[in-house]
Amino acid sequence: MMKRLLTLLVALLLAGPLLAQSGPLRLTITDGVIEPITFAVPSFEAESPAAQQAATDISRLVVQDLAGTGLFREVPSTAFISQVSSFAQPVAFPDWRAINAQALIVGAVTVSGEQLVVKFRLYDVFSGQELGQGLQFAGTVGGWRRMGHKVADAVYSRITGEGGYFDSRVVFVSESGPKDNRQKRLAIMDFDGANVQFLTDSSNIVLAPRFSPNGDRVLYTSFESGFPRINVLNVANVGRQQLQTAAGEMAFSPRFSRDGRQVIYSLSNGGNTDIYRTDLTTGQHLRLTQTPSIETAPSLSPDGSQIVFESDRSGTQQLYVMSANGGEARRISFGEGRYGSPVWSPRGDLVAFTKQNAGRFHIGVMRVDGSEERLLTSSFLDEGPSWSPNGRVIMFTRETQGAGGTSSLYSVDISGRNLKAVPLQGGGSDPSWGPLQP
Amino acid sequence: MTLVSKTAVMLLVLATAACTNPDRFGGGAGGAGGGADGAGLNGGVAGSASDPSSPLFFNQTIGDRVLFAVDTSTITPEGRTILDGQAQWLLTNADYRAVVEGHADEQGTREYNLALGQRRANAVREYLVSRGVPASRLQVTSYGKERPIQVCSNESCYAQNRRAVTVLSFSAITS
Repeated sequence: MMKRLLTLLVALLLAGPLLAQSGPLRLTITDGVIEPITFAVPSFEAESPAAQQAATDISRLVVQDLAGTGLFREVPSTAFISQVSSFAQPVAFPDWRAINAQALIVGAVTVSGEQLVVKFRLYDVFSGQELGQGLQFAGTVGGWRRMGHKVADAVYSRITGEGGYFDSRVVFVSESGPKDNRQKRLAIMDFDGANVQFLTDSSNIVLAPRFSPNGDRVLYTSFESGFPRINVLNVANVGRQQLQTAAGEMAFSPRFSRDGRQVIYSLSNGGNTDIYRTDLTTGQHLRLTQTPSIETAPSLSPDGSQIVFESDRSGTQQLYVMSANGGEARRISFGEGRYGSPVWSPRGDLVAFTKQNAGRFHIGVMRVDGSEERLLTSSFLDEGPSWSPNGRVIMFTRETQGAGGTSSLYSVDISGRNLKAVPLQGGGSDPSWGPLQP
Repeated sequence: MTLVSKTAVMLLVLATAACTNPDRFGGGAGGAGGGADGAGLNGGVAGSASDPSSPLFFNQTIGDRVLFAVDTSTITPEGRTILDGQAQWLLTNADYRAVVEGHADEQGTREYNLALGQRRANAVREYLVSRGVPASRLQVTSYGKERPIQVCSNESCYAQNRRAVTVLSFSAITS
């Protein structure tokens, strides 16, 4: 007791200036320097003996998700003064203030048979209030990671006021083998690299998968016929269908429209590459660009009214914006170097792109009018950005140099902070980040 | 008649060029060929390189590929010499068809390199057609930067990877 009081006293003295700064538990994500929010997650209570493992695992995953954003910093359990033995027990706020945990997440897990239920409460420690209400999610024991991600999403969302991205999946190209005999197959994973499942074998080159807006289907380019062609794959049953194109034509770089009914993509014929749109229900094709240059990598704005794409009509690869029905395009990239693979952000305010300049590759963002260009990364070869569902993080491909060069998936905040590799066994490329799961 | 005499002149040019610029693939066309390119007859072909009607002669003696400068699809003078030989061979051996496969080096984005490879393959096809090869016997595809034959990350390898390879086939073209 004495020791505890002493610790509290020392902590209060030390925490003086911090206490003065602590308003309501709220983090506004800006491009400026962010002081991470400190949080504590006592191991979730197991409400039945069978729930012990899941309770431990889920609490760790919540910590991993939140700390992994770089916006939150865990107060380790070794610093805890009091423990939370029961979900229902009143919170001893002074004990958490003393260790300067701004947020406290308390949870409990129940397992009955294959069913798993997790509930949690989020507390604003310094105001001594609960932030939002207790919430519970039900799933399966095997799907415990999703339950953990859902808790972390709810916490992230309550503190930042923005949507989360933890309970989401990424479709990508899994790579193995040496550079001159690279085996590529489509795979799907959780956003954090867990639960990898393969969607195709490696008998043909597959490239650049793209999720449908609701995540039920994936568009990708396959060399099954010896010519690049676009396939539509049903994620649930792995059924495939080829987008009809004429003989002698190459089709690649597809993306779904926001309603998932149409595909915009590139078609090459006679040395010329242009952008087309095909209605998946009627099969009707529409040509959107008519120039002899290379037009590729189209991406629709969230409202579906405009398309950003790359073209070398000026002599080098640059970014352009045109109406979703084609017509005149205006150039938006004017910096040094070449710009490619643009992707419109889910918020509609930014375009992410790949930039090549002076022998280096970068992932960058700019406003949709081309202003405020910022480069987020730099390496021998970074390319192919994909946005997190909330538009805060970008995942991309990083390839290393030389004969032993390999591809990996990386992610970075749009502030340029928190660059990190997605943990994967083997190589990976061409990530497409899907929506938050229902 | 005109075609024949033209071809004869071409062959003469080819012979001269071959003498002044022997072995332009460094290790020779066969060495550069490997098995990396396509499922056609270019890898492990039967026949003899000294038999002018054999695919091996096409692949090794004439040369099955042309190289390109960075971010271009212009056929070089050396490339024209090889393609003149390819055209002559295809005209003589009318049972063969070919798929021209375009490739790019790794310095570029995936989509752009697919389009660039298509440009290169198409430039070769157009050249062969201009030399009399029926367009119906030639198809083009592009592998972009997906199938490098040299793996280092400098110009000596990049130069070999920026290529268009004419891959012979007996079978009817399907797509």
